[in-house]
Amino acid sequence: MTEKTVYELSQPGRSGVTFPDPDVPNTPLPESFAREDLVLPELSELDVIRHFTTLSKLNYSIDGGFYPLGSCTMKYNPKINEQIVRLPGLANTHPLQPIVSIQGNLYIMYQLQEWLQEISGFQTVSLTPAAGAQGELVGALIIKKFHQINEDPKRNKILIPDSAHGTNPATSSMSGFKVVPMPSDERGNVDLEALKTECDDSLAGLMLTNPNTLGLFEENVETVIDLVHDAGGLVYGDGANLNALLGILRPGDVGFDIMHFNLHKTFSTPHGGGGPGSGPVGVSEQLAEFLPGPIVIMIEEGDEDTPPFYGFHYPRYSIGRMKAFYGHFGMHARAYAYIAMHGPEGLRNIAEKAVLNANYLMTKVKEDYVLPYDRTCMHEFVVEGAWKDVPKIHALDISKRLMDYGFHPPTNYFPLIVHEALMIEPTETESKQTLDAFAKALKAIANEAREAPEVLHQAPHTTPVRRCDEVKAARDLVLCCWIPD
Amino acid sequence: MFTPHTKNEIKEMLKVIGVDTIEDLFEKVPEKHRFPELDLPEPLTEMELAVELNEISSANAPADDFISFLGAGAYNHYIPAAVDMLLRRGEFYTAYTPYQPEISQGTLQSIFEFQSLMTELTGMDVSNASHYDGATAAAEAANLAYHFFRGKRNKILVTRAVHPQYRETIRTYMYGLEDVVVFGDEEQAGFSPDLQNTLDQIDNNTALVVVQYPDFFGRILDYTKLIEIAHARGALVCMVFNPTALGLLKPPGEFDVDIAVGDGQPLGIPLSFGGPYLGIFTIKEKYVRKLAGRLVGETVDEEGQRAYVLTLTAREQHIRREKSTSNICTNQGLMALAATVYLSLLGKKGFKQVANLCYQKAHYAAQKISKLEGFELAFPDTPFFHEFVIKTPKPVFEMNFHLQNHWVLGGYDLNQAYPELEHHMLVAVTEKISKQDIDDFVLALQEVTND
Repeated sequence: MTEKTVYELSQPGRSGVTFPDPDVPNTPLPESFAREDLVLPELSELDVIRHFTTLSKLNYSIDGGFYPLGSCTMKYNPKINEQIVRLPGLANTHPLQPIVSIQGNLYIMYQLQEWLQEISGFQTVSLTPAAGAQGELVGALIIKKFHQINEDPKRNKILIPDSAHGTNPATSSMSGFKVVPMPSDERGNVDLEALKTECDDSLAGLMLTNPNTLGLFEENVETVIDLVHDAGGLVYGDGANLNALLGILRPGDVGFDIMHFNLHKTFSTPHGGGGPGSGPVGVSEQLAEFLPGPIVIMIEEGDEDTPPFYGFHYPRYSIGRMKAFYGHFGMHARAYAYIAMHGPEGLRNIAEKAVLNANYLMTKVKEDYVLPYDRTCMHEFVVEGAWKDVPKIHALDISKRLMDYGFHPPTNYFPLIVHEALMIEPTETESKQTLDAFAKALKAIANEAREAPEVLHQAPHTTPVRRCDEVKAARDLVLCCWIPD
Repeated sequence: MFTPHTKNEIKEMLKVIGVDTIEDLFEKVPEKHRFPELDLPEPLTEMELAVELNEISSANAPADDFISFLGAGAYNHYIPAAVDMLLRRGEFYTAYTPYQPEISQGTLQSIFEFQSLMTELTGMDVSNASHYDGATAAAEAANLAYHFFRGKRNKILVTRAVHPQYRETIRTYMYGLEDVVVFGDEEQAGFSPDLQNTLDQIDNNTALVVVQYPDFFGRILDYTKLIEIAHARGALVCMVFNPTALGLLKPPGEFDVDIAVGDGQPLGIPLSFGGPYLGIFTIKEKYVRKLAGRLVGETVDEEGQRAYVLTLTAREQHIRREKSTSNICTNQGLMALAATVYLSLLGKKGFKQVANLCYQKAHYAAQKISKLEGFELAFPDTPFFHEFVIKTPKPVFEMNFHLQNHWVLGGYDLNQAYPELEHHMLVAVTEKISKQDIDDFVLALQEVTND
């Protein structure tokens, strides 16, 4: 089924939300600046509500079902978080209000910084980055500035494992670095021999995701970090997969220098159909003054009668501002609430159940699917979505068929180092019953692949639209709907 | 609490995996550092948390407790109830990037409608699905221009009347590209409305000129000549706009700019202490293959039904990796939805009303304040939209401190970002401010001056 666009629904002369007439004398706008026409839709409030409600029903969501999109940590988003951020004291505060009038916000940010530091083992956290990729940019620019201040600017090379997210190499080249891909060994770890040959005096740093995108714990993590440090480089930790490490390992303890957090993955802030994310960055002591500001500090400690007083700090060698104001405060407040509800044991429980779920599901799924790196996984695992005996079936067909069974497909065709990859991350909030049902669907699809392959090729059959012509979309490029003259 | 596992289920699952305990799954984690004791407070139940957050929230004074004249990049507009009701639908906010179009048509069509509304609003050809905020959108414009010229033009020229935090963000983004210089906004450059200083600096090495409309001081300047000269010298022009102002003003597209960016926060997004907001990024069609970020395109499905998909993905980091121009991945999906719903609800009539109310009330306020003894407009001869600068008889921070006692949130103290603008207040007026509020503000200004 399809839904008309807001412009197709528009009826000339209809109006939705309107405003009072001006209560002040009229001042004419200089004619040379006045716009002739602005064609916006003309709809009633109910038209708008029906339209977007209809659209919402065309979406798959976590609230609607199992969403094992690998590397995205599609866990349940607690409803209380949504209620909290709409409190007028939080939602209706202006970023430039006098700091005496926003002490509650600064308290939340200060505590969140402290808690993220404790959880990760880093010395200082800046909350300003808007998303994981921006956190990475912070990291790469810190590496750059660190070497410059140490009068070592010839270090222009960043090593990136071949299993890494595309954001890692993209970030590095945005930061003016040369990107050198690092191969993985047969156990899915960074190939140590290859790493050693690149550890020279042009090495700026390494970007390492741990657990990596295969869902595997980097078995030589300490050796890898030591090698880079010994060569004078810094190690950036991509925190995309931190959900597996809460209360299990603090990346700062094993020597990572910098890491971003994805509040929208690990700390349950909603993914919003593609954002907003939030990507705070933690660093070791020697890098604290390179962070982007502002950082919230306690200006005066409180006592029995007066609460502490908070304010902003702009680090001395800061790489600079990443965006206007202070980051995605609405996401900070949700992450604060999430951590406050869990406490130390609760956080460890998250990682434990995420890893339990992934290993349980992996054990079941590998009965029918090739598992290229067969060892205990962390929070996710990657199988091949293809079989030698039915070469015409691809990961895409399996993904589309899963929709008919009522599931969101896993991430497909990533990581690039696995043939026809299906990357499955169940998260800790899913029950055994859901995992069993998903495993059963995958098993049924494996059978269909042999017995009725056309069912897979033609899938999905039950979705609002069928397979879409992506080639046409790119060739005929229609990026804007019909707008009446 | 959010994990559903019963003891029996855990036992069964461990048995299937073939290990005895959950701890066994973590053997590869270095033992010395495994299972750290985290020094965090004991957990709160939902009920306790709700109480605590209410207390924290009441340690703030929300803008609506005051009569607020604070803007400077974040504006206190009225948000119709229907916007948030729709945003709260789990089908929208608990979905992710619509990689699988068959089950993401809701998100895809709403982004497509967002793109359409943004091109209509700006008069530009193409809008992407969003950037983080106005500042990062401006920085991505610099990035686009740099890559458009393949690094052969290395100057990014910004005027001093562009939002100071946007200028800082552009500098941060350009820091990694060592040959790029960002300049033109030094104190001596000033902010004369004839833009002569900026015009003089555009040369054959200029990749991009960044201007703001209305500018940071609320002024509506005529950029026609600047744009002509920039184009004559081969440079691109990026206009930073305020979306509400475009309800009345000639859109960036009519000025023939190459890139128009803005912050969509005024379009139905709460102040939320500075974020999350919405970066709007629009371009002329010829730059589409250099455009960063997600794009939704229209197509058909196998049965010929209209459908929407993410398109031109070969530009993006997950395909091009180190060869992509930007690393952006997650953007501001839900905020783009808010703006789409807001503009649909207000529509042709309501949106123009809001823009006009802002304009009229701001002008009434400016006129009243300029008549106060000791106060004057800093740019009396330049048209403005809904923000204006007044010279004050006392330091602004001091006045604002006392204004709080009158439950007035005074305007932005320009001295914070402009050393040369002592005693200069940037006053913003939205449709939420009544004539009475303005009269009260004028009275309060008089009182705190006389204190």
